[in-house]
Amino acid sequence: MPLTEIGRYSLRRLEILDENGEVDPALEPDLSAEDLVKLYRAMLLAREDDQRMFKMQRQGRVGTFGPNTGQEAAVCGPALALSPRDWLVGSFRELGARLMRGEPLTHSYLFHNGYEEGNVFDGMERTLPISIIVGAQTLHAVGIAYAMKYRTEKDAAVLAFIGDGGTSQGDFHEALNFASVWQVPVVFVVQNNGWAISLPRSRQAHCATLAQRAIAYDIPGVQVDGNDALATYSAAREALDRARSGGGPSLIEAVTYRLMMHTTADDPRKYRTEEEVEQWWKRDPIPRFRRYLESKSIWDDAKQAALEAGIKEEIDEAVKKFESMDGFKPDAPFDHVFGTRHESIEEQRAAFLANLEGEA
Amino acid sequence: MAKMTMVQAINLALHEEMERDDSVIVMGEDVGVDEGVFRVTAGLHEAFGSARVLDTPLAESGILGTAIGMALAGLRPVAEMQFSGFSYLMFPQLEGHGSRFRSRTQGRMTVPLVVRMPYGGGVRALEHHSESREASYAHLPGVKVVIPSGPRNARALMAAAVRDPDPVVFMEPKRSYRVFREEVPEEPEIGQIGRARIAREGSDLTLVSWGAMMRPVLHAAEEVTSSRGASIEVIDLLTISPLDGSAIARSVSKTGRCVVVQEAPRSLGVASEVIAQINDRALMHLEAPVNRITGYDVVTPYFGREMGYIPGPGRIRRGIEETLDF
Repeated sequence: MPLTEIGRYSLRRLEILDENGEVDPALEPDLSAEDLVKLYRAMLLAREDDQRMFKMQRQGRVGTFGPNTGQEAAVCGPALALSPRDWLVGSFRELGARLMRGEPLTHSYLFHNGYEEGNVFDGMERTLPISIIVGAQTLHAVGIAYAMKYRTEKDAAVLAFIGDGGTSQGDFHEALNFASVWQVPVVFVVQNNGWAISLPRSRQAHCATLAQRAIAYDIPGVQVDGNDALATYSAAREALDRARSGGGPSLIEAVTYRLMMHTTADDPRKYRTEEEVEQWWKRDPIPRFRRYLESKSIWDDAKQAALEAGIKEEIDEAVKKFESMDGFKPDAPFDHVFGTRHESIEEQRAAFLANLEGEA
Repeated sequence: MAKMTMVQAINLALHEEMERDDSVIVMGEDVGVDEGVFRVTAGLHEAFGSARVLDTPLAESGILGTAIGMALAGLRPVAEMQFSGFSYLMFPQLEGHGSRFRSRTQGRMTVPLVVRMPYGGGVRALEHHSESREASYAHLPGVKVVIPSGPRNARALMAAAVRDPDPVVFMEPKRSYRVFREEVPEEPEIGQIGRARIAREGSDLTLVSWGAMMRPVLHAAEEVTSSRGASIEVIDLLTISPLDGSAIARSVSKTGRCVVVQEAPRSLGVASEVIAQINDRALMHLEAPVNRITGYDVVTPYFGREMGYIPGPGRIRRGIEETLDF
């Protein structure tokens, strides 16, 4: 019997705004000036907050955290495409998206200063907290999407983030498979930032793209310039619209770069060159977006100065508020083991409190 | 009242809970059209359809991870692990997320789900189909571990597990699935998770056990009673975590002697914790060291040898006699 071709696959890459801020008019999304400024502000806030937290970390005012500098477009573009009815399921490098979902600035300081209170805010109902274990959250996203489909919720979907390292995890593959089999409304965004701590993308997976993982699971997949906020927005918007209208899951690979360290606990100079980092600073997502706004006459130096001043003030206030927070209930962990009361837990709480008193 | 097996009784509870609450869904490998490899989900697919009785791809982490997502979004999934020996693939999801969402969000997000899994030996099964690893799950804060011992309590505890606001690992002693029938009342019964049961009252010695060991334990208690006239109290733990330490302490304070019977390997298991609880709460009442009759710290042998390794009525009886004679 002759061999027959039983499939042929192709994959596309989307770029709309180049490194110089030049836009492809044919692909330019139809976003209002208000939305464009909102997106720009979100990216700049995430950048400035990151830089402030980095300083605070070095001063010992917050603990270890994973900076998102350089990845603002990969995160904020998709988040702009979310409605309040959608769910956001993140990993740990989506600061901009979290802030866009209404998480107060104070909360990432609290979280990274060792308090669960950093995960709790008004309006958090459809925003899962930071997920530290790499890749595990993608399955939660699929389960949430299944519940939406089961409840025949209309016009809502789940946006789930994962990194390039996470795509090696079994949970990621199980999530793509379950989502595909169930045809549930979930969009996976892989923030391919080039490095999983010290392992480069080329040694994380042999394949040319991470977007091509979609082909094996028979779901739409696309690679986008992850430093192009118009491209990340457009790709996510299209995938979310498809999911909300019953079209099932999608995978987006956003190719970006982690300009800083994995977390404040590592030194990237040990595993990558300064030249490589320099090259990526030239592709910084924020200046190119500013140039785009200027070219549309939406933006100018005066607005920039006002925005920078406003963001600085917002962060200053949040830091002040964070540093004045106290009264963290020492036995709170005993309140939240179970939703039901159990004698053994209460006995241990009493012992804990007695011990606390003994040490006072 | 109807006489039924444990398989039928768990099945009854699932029918009742699904009938009562449309947020309850059953999911796992072969639970739908095939009705589960042990037929625990018999009739559910026919009654409730494939959206509520969900045949999943073969991936345990995927099953539990998606169940966690469903629970976060307001459903109450009952996820089956086909055998407990395959459940370790979902352990990271349970430890890393299922057990933690409540504390991570200080009660704002919760994971009400049940993980059902047949466990234990004595059914001449292949490797990985005979282990008793309740201690592994019991060591996770935020997770409840329930092990029924008979049809009636299995039905009541399954109903309680489905209604519980937190993740419950529901370990089903497969050796007890069909070996005996029990009267199960018509009206729904809701068990109480966290409470042990006095299966037999007595005053000379306390026997503590759970799951499939309850049958040989009760048998041994009868034997010793008739051979020596000793009065043996038997505690059926039913919930492994959180453990009902008070019930154990009350009984041991009364009898002064205790034997713990555990199918699992000897060291660092539930029996060890039972003895520690007695040490904490009832040490001064003891008239003999607490004895434990357990499996051994070896990899569970293939079934050709397994019966020598699982505690049986003879070993249990001799253990009771040693403790009575101390």
